[in-house]
Amino acid sequence: MTTHRGKALSWEIKDEVLELALHHAPCNEIGTRMLGELEGFAAALETAASAGVGAVIVYSRQAPGFSAGADLRELYAGALPLAPVARAAGVRDFLERIHRVLNILDASPMTTIAAVHGVTFGGGFELALACDLIIADKTTRFCFPELRLGLVPGFGGIPRLKRDLGNGLVRDLLLTGRSINASKALASGLVSQAVGEGQSLRVARATAAQVGKFDRAASAAAKRFLKPIPCEELRREIELFCELFARPAVMEGLRKFVESTAAHPYLP
Amino acid sequence: MKTLEQTTDEVLGLASQHFGVPREQLAPGDDFYKKLKIDSLQALEMLTRLENHFGIELPDYEVQGVTDFRTLASRIQARL
Repeated sequence: MTTHRGKALSWEIKDEVLELALHHAPCNEIGTRMLGELEGFAAALETAASAGVGAVIVYSRQAPGFSAGADLRELYAGALPLAPVARAAGVRDFLERIHRVLNILDASPMTTIAAVHGVTFGGGFELALACDLIIADKTTRFCFPELRLGLVPGFGGIPRLKRDLGNGLVRDLLLTGRSINASKALASGLVSQAVGEGQSLRVARATAAQVGKFDRAASAAAKRFLKPIPCEELRREIELFCELFARPAVMEGLRKFVESTAAHPYLP
Repeated sequence: MKTLEQTTDEVLGLASQHFGVPREQLAPGDDFYKKLKIDSLQALEMLTRLENHFGIELPDYEVQGVTDFRTLASRIQARL
């Protein structure tokens, strides 16, 4: 299928580039709807690769940013009525599903580009990290806010960031919960290009056109060589997340987040 | 090296420009959330602009609990 219009996201293939647009209000929070549609996209990724598509761009049409991460309101509402065992099983199932999607994206033989802007937090940051290249406009802020809730990133962010950049930046982002801007992200090697406001998609398209010129088999082989999937660490991350989620403090943290009327949910 | 007063003035100027509030309506002691009518998302945008303008990194936890322009400027000043 070369075109798909969903409720949370849509994709189309044009000029041999598969473009995925996220458009789930307010800021592409990743809950069951987004996950279900991402699973559809993962299947389309595999079909597109076989059809000779050379590059993939993932971007957001939502003004606040690329993605604010996991849908915490849905997570809380879904977990609240459940007994601890069922709650844990539900979280594990969600994590395993999102990991499958992001592993497919990460391992795709096509060159994948995340064109980001604004809020690129938590699971949204992890979605971008599953791509080969990140192009960030100057409004972008990256953040792992999970420790604020007594959790760690659960969508594969830690293993991928460690793979790509080493432990130091991961420690800084995770242990302080601070957000960093596109300039810092560029300086640390997290993003490949930092561009003007509103320019990340345009630049991503130019980059996709460039990478599309090269022999697909050679590009795919180079990717496999350069970018091993950290399978064992990804599995351990799921275990760690589930272990932390089982603690009562996490549900209390989620309750406070959901019930908060504070004007400042994006700040630590 | 800028003085705190100069830094504060630049912060007020940037806020005025970005959020479209006349400069003369902003004072160093003002609560910027209330005066600019912004939420945390827009505060993050302002943080990014300030970092880019002053060429600094300003961790968001350094501005936790900060609501007035003067204190915000002092946090920036400490990193110049």
